[in-house]
Amino acid sequence: MTVRLVVVSHSEKIADGAAELAAQMAPDVVILTAGGTADGRIGTSLEKVMSALDQAAGGDGVVVVTDLGSAVMTAESALEFAGDPADVLLADAPLVEGLVAAAVAAQSGAGVEAVRLAAEAVYAHAPGGAEASTAFIAGTVTEGSVTGKGPDFTGDFELVNQAGMHARPAAKIAGGLAALNAEVTVNGVDGTAMTSLMTLAAGQGSVLHVEAWGPDAERAINYVGGLVQAGFGEP
Amino acid sequence: MLDVNWTIKWLTLCAQAMAENRLYLIELDRAIGDSDHGENMDRGFQAVLEKLAEVRPETPGAALKLTAMTLMSKVGGAAGPLYGTAFLRASTAVGDAAEVDPAAWAKALVAARDGIVARGKAESGDKTMVDAWTPAAEAGQAAAAHGAGNVLEVLVAAAEAAEAGAIATDPLVARKGRASYLGERSAGHRDPGAASSALILRAAVEAAA
Repeated sequence: MTVRLVVVSHSEKIADGAAELAAQMAPDVVILTAGGTADGRIGTSLEKVMSALDQAAGGDGVVVVTDLGSAVMTAESALEFAGDPADVLLADAPLVEGLVAAAVAAQSGAGVEAVRLAAEAVYAHAPGGAEASTAFIAGTVTEGSVTGKGPDFTGDFELVNQAGMHARPAAKIAGGLAALNAEVTVNGVDGTAMTSLMTLAAGQGSVLHVEAWGPDAERAINYVGGLVQAGFGEP
Repeated sequence: MLDVNWTIKWLTLCAQAMAENRLYLIELDRAIGDSDHGENMDRGFQAVLEKLAEVRPETPGAALKLTAMTLMSKVGGAAGPLYGTAFLRASTAVGDAAEVDPAAWAKALVAARDGIVARGKAESGDKTMVDAWTPAAEAGQAAAAHGAGNVLEVLVAAAEAAEAGAIATDPLVARKGRASYLGERSAGHRDPGAASSALILRAAVEAAA
């Protein structure tokens, strides 16, 4: 069982396209769409959203990703009609990047809160998201200094695959780390944020410096190291 | 006391008002929005009439909930979820009661206003429907507290305050919604959502008269 996702967009094509893209990186995750109005116009439909939420129920929780303005309101209204179920969370994230990050996290078995955070972590590298990024880094540093030492575990791994860091490797790293109880940075960026990892623009031969804090810190280092050394299963 | 017959009459008069003022709301929205508000509200309340013809609700609360659901699905744009939430919160506020007294109705107006604020995150003075609903809710409460126990007084006070609130949006610069993209150029036009809100609250008076 995994967390399921619901995409709410003004456009049926956007909802279906984003779901298709995310499914490529997270083939086992159930992604339901509520795009456009019931009669095929641009807009959002409460009925479509409620029906998608209904179908998504019964798993390990649901994360809802939306596009502009009234899509958020429609999603919130649908949740209010449903009595605000505790295991259905609304992610405040850009639709495409947020959905992909959420899907990857769900694929790796992350819980509903971690999946939402994976989607929202995308903002750390969006324009205007610098604050969130700094907050994350500052948070980890504070935690390190409280215990009077640096990261609990660190590792340096050289990228051996030809393509280096791109979408799929970033998705694998971010997805796996989201499921662990650890805070992890890779070359200084949030290891659970797929888009942050992609912006490292690390090519073949680059070294990833990984630092991890928390109960699963060692597992996190081993997880990233294992993936990198295996070339992410790529040539 | 407001019963289900009043509620249904109110909703019917709302549909009538939206049909009659369709072009007026379209014109208001053309100036500072995307000119679909009149069309959306007309379509939404026509759909409410159709629903009411299918299933006759037994309480005011049930009628308000049916309206909430229908407006949310049929109105589209931001107005759908906003009005939908307003009617939904009002429905929750009045509960299963067969008749709603003046104090309860005043509370329902406050609940509706709070729902709009929670959903749209707008504040007073942002040039939105909140500028009609906040004075309406406050006037309704004041009228109920005066203790005359006359429900018509509550309805009239709310309608008059909403109308004054809508007019008062004319000089405001929009800070929320589509009109906020226009900045200073949004001043000098009435907010369409505040205008439709005033029509809805005026219909409530006519239904009780």
